[in-house]
Amino acid sequence: MSTENMNLTLKVWRQKDHKAKGNLVDYKLSDISPDMSFLEMFDVLNEGLVDKGEEPVVFDHDCREGICGACSMFINGQPHGPLQGVTTCQLHMRSFKDGDTIVVEPWRAQAFPVVKDLMVDRSAFDRVIAAGGFISVNTGNAQDANSLPIPKVQADSAFEAAACIGCGACVATCKNASAMLFVSAKISQLAQLPQGQPERYRRVQSMVAQMDAEGFGNCTNTGACEAECPKGISLENIARMNRDFYSAKFVSEESI
Amino acid sequence: MAELNAHIPEGELTEKWTKLRSSMPLVNPANKRSIEVIVVGSGLAGASAAATLAEMGYKVKCFCFQDSPRRAHSIAAQGGINAAKNYQNDGDSTYRLFYDTIKGGDYRSREANVHRLAEVSANIIDQCVAQGVPLAREYGGLLDNRSFGGTQVQRTFYAAGQTGQQLLLGAYSALERQIGMGKVEMFTRHEMLEVVVVDGKARGIIARDLISGELQRHSGHAVLLCSGGYGNVFYLSTNAMGSNVTAAWKAHKKGAFFGNPCYTQIHPTCIPVSGDHQSKLTLMSESLRNDGRIWVPKKKDDNRKASDIPEEERDYYLERRYPAFGNLVPRDVASRAAKERCDAGYGVGKSKLAVYLDFKANTERYGRIEASVQNIHNPDKETCMRLGREVIKEKYGNLFDMYKQITGEDPYELPMRIYPAVHYTMGGLWVDYNLMTTVPGLYALGEANFSDHGANRLGASALMQGLADGYFVIPYTIGAYLSKELATKPIPQDHPAFIEAEASAKGIIDKFFSIKGTKSVDHFHKKLGKIMWERCGMARNAEGLKKGIEEIQQLRKDFWSDLRVPGDANELNPELEKAGRVADFIELGELMCMDALNRNESCGGHFREEYQTEEGEALRDDVNYAYVAAWEYKGDVKFELHKEELKFENIKVAQRSYK
Repeated sequence: MSTENMNLTLKVWRQKDHKAKGNLVDYKLSDISPDMSFLEMFDVLNEGLVDKGEEPVVFDHDCREGICGACSMFINGQPHGPLQGVTTCQLHMRSFKDGDTIVVEPWRAQAFPVVKDLMVDRSAFDRVIAAGGFISVNTGNAQDANSLPIPKVQADSAFEAAACIGCGACVATCKNASAMLFVSAKISQLAQLPQGQPERYRRVQSMVAQMDAEGFGNCTNTGACEAECPKGISLENIARMNRDFYSAKFVSEESI
Repeated sequence: MAELNAHIPEGELTEKWTKLRSSMPLVNPANKRSIEVIVVGSGLAGASAAATLAEMGYKVKCFCFQDSPRRAHSIAAQGGINAAKNYQNDGDSTYRLFYDTIKGGDYRSREANVHRLAEVSANIIDQCVAQGVPLAREYGGLLDNRSFGGTQVQRTFYAAGQTGQQLLLGAYSALERQIGMGKVEMFTRHEMLEVVVVDGKARGIIARDLISGELQRHSGHAVLLCSGGYGNVFYLSTNAMGSNVTAAWKAHKKGAFFGNPCYTQIHPTCIPVSGDHQSKLTLMSESLRNDGRIWVPKKKDDNRKASDIPEEERDYYLERRYPAFGNLVPRDVASRAAKERCDAGYGVGKSKLAVYLDFKANTERYGRIEASVQNIHNPDKETCMRLGREVIKEKYGNLFDMYKQITGEDPYELPMRIYPAVHYTMGGLWVDYNLMTTVPGLYALGEANFSDHGANRLGASALMQGLADGYFVIPYTIGAYLSKELATKPIPQDHPAFIEAEASAKGIIDKFFSIKGTKSVDHFHKKLGKIMWERCGMARNAEGLKKGIEEIQQLRKDFWSDLRVPGDANELNPELEKAGRVADFIELGELMCMDALNRNESCGGHFREEYQTEEGEALRDDVNYAYVAAWEYKGDVKFELHKEELKFENIKVAQRSYK
């Protein structure tokens, strides 16, 4: 934990486009303030590269307050870096020390092809949601919001699952590149609410089918996803998804 | 000169919307299938509009610059969404929400629009709950509410400190459902660079595929801009890094008037700037003012730790100045009060540009209640604080975590240090009651338009307006226009207007690369931000604004002669994207200063130092300035002012008081 300005060595993955072969490139940075965020440290790097007439490092980022889910750096072998429960944009340089070498790579998964440098294509997640991650209610069809009381414990549990930001850290850290934590979070959110019941078994089947079609791997219960998730999404969601999936296949009348 | 007619329906205020809605021309389902609508932006307004229009049967194309519509900046809204449900039985009503919003906006918004907003507010909550949005609930299973600034009722619905995220994910799931059914075609990582106007009507856009760099032509019968606000003109703001004015600004240059550009919301509770490296500012939700008390030391330059300053040496200046509303005065009032204290030398922290937001008193109070619930009699202080922290954590946990990450201090132990920062822009494209701009067929929704918040937006009203526009207003009002477009065949993309628009977009990109200067885009953006904050920020005056205009004009010259954009146009190139956005911000900045200079009064977030009461409150001039300033682009960064008079027939206009 540094409180003084630092000198650092970065090893950053550079890759021209999705077809090109990439490699790690070394960069030296000096006088980095511990109060900077990790992405602000990258801003400094990029400003320097532009000044030298070189191309800056491309990375996804937007809100920089840990909620949009855009940022996605694999830092020293961990998605979003060494701190638990934070995204890359909320990781600050005080978590590093003077003289450190930091290796920064993109998310790596077959279903997340690299677009350029540290930026990957996560549109597979959108397609999984489009396959069933919703409640089919057209605008204007709703009844009064309080006509459907929901026990607080249940509502809170649905909310905890809904807190997923869709960053993909779970996939990146999983040795099987499984997306089950992401998929099960949405399934769990809706399965715990009365509004989600009519489509419950249909939803789990179509989302799982899409997840498989996108090329995500299976779950072998290692739990790395839960450990690395910046929003603390629980493994229990995967258990709930599996339970619903088997119920749907073996019990429910609505197999698809 | 285009006619500035707001098309407000005739009749009683409370009946205008109902009557219009039931008399609006309709488009039959078969015809809807052949009508194409383009939606730019996928935040609350864009996603809700795109999903709803597709549900109705229109063919929709939706565009966003992010890699997924789920990442639009609405996601970062924290505190809540207002609705006149009166679930708390505390005297709320449609009228009261309407009244609070007009008063909160310092009597500079349109009565009819605001009343409609209040009317549909309740439908939004119903719709979101039906979608499975997990809003906070009480033990009885019913929805919970909290208080927000500028009101004395509890009408704010919330999901911890991430209400925007949950509402957006609801709208996003509705949108993805339509995408899955093939009724919306989604274009992620695409940025709109031009509006295409054919024979005076908006007929399409030019978009750049950010991955390949390809310029694309997209045609439609109508174009909806849901592209958010322009707070990033200040460089440092609570907006996301990518938030920009380009879509709105290009529309402005194609004939859409820009309404009240100088109305900017400076949010009172943000984490203070820590150094020159800072890329953005982070908001601490207004909801924290429910349970936090704002104070500074009574002594100037008091360097003691907050915990060492005894109660009687603390100045709870909001409670002192505004006893009726206390810590829950509207944002503009709270921001100015913080600036006043800091300018007078009472600020805290290293920079002295901060005040304390302290949760200690309420933590203890909650702890005492919780102890009672748990049957702990006569709990000691430590027990109360421990139990209270649990309650605070449940309400605001994610905000406290965020504060800790950014500052390295634990807000459960120490009071937060906060300072005002740019947050929201009330100004935007001028629209009529139907949300149509001055270009027929071109609409603006959500923060991108100017319509509902006057000179100051109340907390928890942005989410309400974005979703009102998208779910409940545009689906009806667009019918009035599209019902007359049934005979219009699909728009040919080889029309000269498309060719010209594409050439114009390409021309600008080519120009960026031809400059080959020495300074990065961020260099100019930071400079612009400094000028805007100093000249057109929390306090403005005529002299400063005139200087600001000169400085911005010089900056524009420097930008176009010394900019360096690396890489090339036919690839993913974030520097190029930023260059286009900053070029537009520079032009907008000049217009904002002009608008602020023109408005010789203080109202809401627009505070002209020359116009204030003896107590330092904003002093309006209702005789001369009760109008919307709608600016027309006249080419070559020149603008002409048009006025839409604001008539108040249902509310008595008064000096705003929260005392």
